[in-house]
Amino acid sequence: MDDIKYTTHSHSVNKYDPEKDYGTPKKTSEKLVSLEIDGVTVSVPEGTSIMHAAQLSGVTVPKLCATDSLEAFGSCRLCLVEIEGRKGYPASCTTPVAEGIKVHTQTGKLADVRRGVMELYISDHPLDCLTCAANGDCELQDMAGAVGLREVRYGYEGENHLKAEKDESNPYFTFDPSKCIVCSRCVRACEETQGTFALTIEGRGFGSKVSAGNQLFMDSECVSCGACVQACPTATLMEKTVIDMGTPEHKVTTTCAYCGVGCSFNAEMKGEEVVRMSPNKDGGANHGHSCVKGRFAWGYATHKDRITTPMIRKSIHDEWQIVGWDEAIDYAASEIKRIEAKYGKDAMGGITSSRCTNEEVYVTQKLVRAVFGTNNVDTCARVCHSPTGYGLKQTIGESAGTQTFDSVMKSDVIMIIGANPTDGHPVFASQMKRRLREGAKLIIADPRAIDLVENSPHIRADYHLNLRPGTNVALISAIAHVVVTEGLVKEDFVKERCEWDSFVAWRDFVAKPENSPEAMEETIGVSATTMRAAARMFATNGNGAIYYGLGVTEHSQGSTMVMGIANLAMATGNVGREGVGINPLRGQNNVQGSCDMGSMPHEYPGYRHVSDPMAKALFEAAWGRPLSIEPGLRIPNMLDLAGEGRFKALYCVGEDIAQSDPNTQHVTHALESMECVIVQDLFLNETAMYAHVFFPGASFLEKSGTFTNAERRISPVRRVMAPKNIGKPELKEAGMEDWEITAKLSAALGYEMHYKHASEIMDEIAALTPTFKGVSFKKLDELGSIQWPCDDANPAGTPTMHIDQFVRGKGKFFITQYIPTTEKVNAKYPLILTTGRILSQYNVGAQTRRTANVAWHAEDVVEIHPHDASERGIREGDWIGINSRSGETVLRATLTERVQPGVIYTTFHHPESGANVITTDNGDWATNCPEFKVTAVQVTRVNQLSDWQKEYKTFAEAQIAYTGKTSDKKQKQPA
Amino acid sequence: MQTDTLIKMANQIGDFFEAEPNQAQAQKDIANHLNKFWTKDMRNQIAAHVQTSQGVGLHAQVIAAIAAHLNP
Repeated sequence: MDDIKYTTHSHSVNKYDPEKDYGTPKKTSEKLVSLEIDGVTVSVPEGTSIMHAAQLSGVTVPKLCATDSLEAFGSCRLCLVEIEGRKGYPASCTTPVAEGIKVHTQTGKLADVRRGVMELYISDHPLDCLTCAANGDCELQDMAGAVGLREVRYGYEGENHLKAEKDESNPYFTFDPSKCIVCSRCVRACEETQGTFALTIEGRGFGSKVSAGNQLFMDSECVSCGACVQACPTATLMEKTVIDMGTPEHKVTTTCAYCGVGCSFNAEMKGEEVVRMSPNKDGGANHGHSCVKGRFAWGYATHKDRITTPMIRKSIHDEWQIVGWDEAIDYAASEIKRIEAKYGKDAMGGITSSRCTNEEVYVTQKLVRAVFGTNNVDTCARVCHSPTGYGLKQTIGESAGTQTFDSVMKSDVIMIIGANPTDGHPVFASQMKRRLREGAKLIIADPRAIDLVENSPHIRADYHLNLRPGTNVALISAIAHVVVTEGLVKEDFVKERCEWDSFVAWRDFVAKPENSPEAMEETIGVSATTMRAAARMFATNGNGAIYYGLGVTEHSQGSTMVMGIANLAMATGNVGREGVGINPLRGQNNVQGSCDMGSMPHEYPGYRHVSDPMAKALFEAAWGRPLSIEPGLRIPNMLDLAGEGRFKALYCVGEDIAQSDPNTQHVTHALESMECVIVQDLFLNETAMYAHVFFPGASFLEKSGTFTNAERRISPVRRVMAPKNIGKPELKEAGMEDWEITAKLSAALGYEMHYKHASEIMDEIAALTPTFKGVSFKKLDELGSIQWPCDDANPAGTPTMHIDQFVRGKGKFFITQYIPTTEKVNAKYPLILTTGRILSQYNVGAQTRRTANVAWHAEDVVEIHPHDASERGIREGDWIGINSRSGETVLRATLTERVQPGVIYTTFHHPESGANVITTDNGDWATNCPEFKVTAVQVTRVNQLSDWQKEYKTFAEAQIAYTGKTSDKKQKQPA
Repeated sequence: MQTDTLIKMANQIGDFFEAEPNQAQAQKDIANHLNKFWTKDMRNQIAAHVQTSQGVGLHAQVIAAIAAHLNP
């Protein structure tokens, strides 16, 4: 109490405590308002609720329907207060503070009213507290205690809801309406937090009940984000794991291992077992929100398919031999030495994954550069965002997005190009939808009608530029043409911030008549009028922010398009402050980080080219080994050479090139041609079926490290249980974090890496990388997360980049000539196939397929326009063969007008789908990023699987049998 | 690596710089791109193709860039 008096007398308030529920959201205002609550003076920003102010001053007002993630609602009548000079008992959640008022939160009258309210609630609530899943974690129980409820005078025999039936349709949570107090927190969370509006209060008065549109949750529009479960104050919406296991006893804050949003979660534990993952309210990227993957789909870590013992074999046609760690490491090292002696250093290399932590990526590229003695190291960003790295480095000087996610709340016009945030980046999409509901304008450039076009409640794109796949660059030039020729360039910004000569050359280029919307409309497939209107909207409505994804990068002109986006942002002055910017939405969690950590064959950590003598000298001194100044092989180069018998050994950490890379048969031929493929993963993934050494990895719950998300936010991954990769059981070895495996392999090759903990790897990264100079695990513990650059000038990191000047000094415009892809439609292949992803599944699906998320997406299907379908006699659910110049696969069709005529669409989450059997070797001119988004195909009705699929099934079953596990591949196929 | 693969990649790079108004600069940029992102073997192979087969299949600008500016 003394503390509070001390702080309030000085007109400050208690420090923000993320553990506390302040009841209503924090308000920001320059103006402070002073009031007195229970005799204590407190000053808070104008607009703050009395409830929130009370919490800040240390006074807790009873509440049920209020929680600080949602706007005040004022329905439970428990938070009533008395204000001197005012009549009645206003609800403290809905009543804003006012200067000089005197509030009393505890009086005899208030106690009577609150007890009366609680008495009514409890009269229609099961009294099974001792056996209830929320026992000890129930706000209703807490409030009954707080108000001193001792009896229910009405009895329990009257009309009630106690027999209401449970809805257990969702695999992860139960809806038990008998425990519902109709506080509407779930309904409001679905609206305000998630933006899906799947829940509603149905009926009136006593008949009011929470309803998922009068259907089971699984049949409703619910996306299983968990926001309702998080908001529920009782056991009505409850995780099934808590029902099964009881309440957790400790928690550890960590970072989700799925998409590039990089949500912060609390792993709530019982000993070494996870009970639930709850989104961290204090998380910089997610602010307490989550999606179906991060919140619920973590069961893969203990799935029976997981391999926890190292394995070796001479040939991929042999059974695996289960061995101890030492034997596996020694065997791998001896093979690497043998291959080096026989074929030379350049016949070896490594591949890292965006599913690895920064520390894992760093030690892997260090191993390849310093120990293998070659720069043949690449990462899966090669096949997703490598054009972002190249294009942004060229134009603005840094291979990263310019903003924070929160920046979107200050955007006035949002342009989304080739991204599908509600599916690929759902938690950020919820924030974006909030801003759109507040009135920001929306332009979407996508061949397909993504949900944000018109399938998200209360959101409708102002313009949907449904361009033909492969014409992005034509579109961006046409938009730029309008900006330049209609005088919409922010010349002051360009003059001050950019290279004027480059601007003039670009301006003159885009102003050419052949780049006008009218000249390009036939190519692009969008009317000139629409393009002009969209361009004007973007350039003239205040803060314009561009968000883009793989629909931009995965093209033969991916890098050109990234530069085109940067050109447009610079020309319209939309860089260097909140609300604007160039925002690449990264597919996987650590795409940004794996690139930052030097896992591309031409550059060291911090994007320094391997030929840079200063960088070379720095790393040679630090690592004590001679380093090569020659750029190494990219993944497609490695595969080409392997197929020709000139690339022989691969150390592949966490990546699955046999499923995720294009032209599967080319990839598997390359893998079959190698003599030593080492795969480090949780599962026998598709690549591991071609491996000679398997190192079992540790899941994100079993190791320490960091991930860097799409907004450059470095967040800690914390070990909550011992690694399960314990080696051969009879040897009783301890499991290892993945960086330890790499370090052991390095030691076996004669180069010791003396790290005792992942934090020491980060210390080395910080010492060698200027943008990471101030980063350490200690600081991450203090701050929660850090957005790089983090250095002496910005010790707490840099949320918004390029504020006063671009990283490269002046921004540089590049001419972006549209060059049609060579992947052209013709009579034989008249349709274009484009690929994407879905909310419930993640990338190659190795994780999410091994969770209950398959309830939402058990197979990949092909979307085809009804017109194209009817021409071919294809009906809903028919099996269709998809033929391209690369190969053939067979999938089930679904008819939808989401895709335009001439375009079909599928996902690649299931290996047996063979989506990449049909994609081609075409790639981006600058980075070789594959052209996944454009494949010319023909489709026909068929009644059997493709030859590839049949061979795959036989091969995969044999490979799984070689591990001693049984295959449960239940491939759906034509009857 | 198949020379055809390298030719295709080099021509794609050449195409990007075709719109550059200063052609001398474009040649430098093309070669610089190869120097920065291609391995020594790949560069030597394309240089050999220019020397021994007059760069058949390569765009003229790319041949000129390789002849003038490619690092060995």
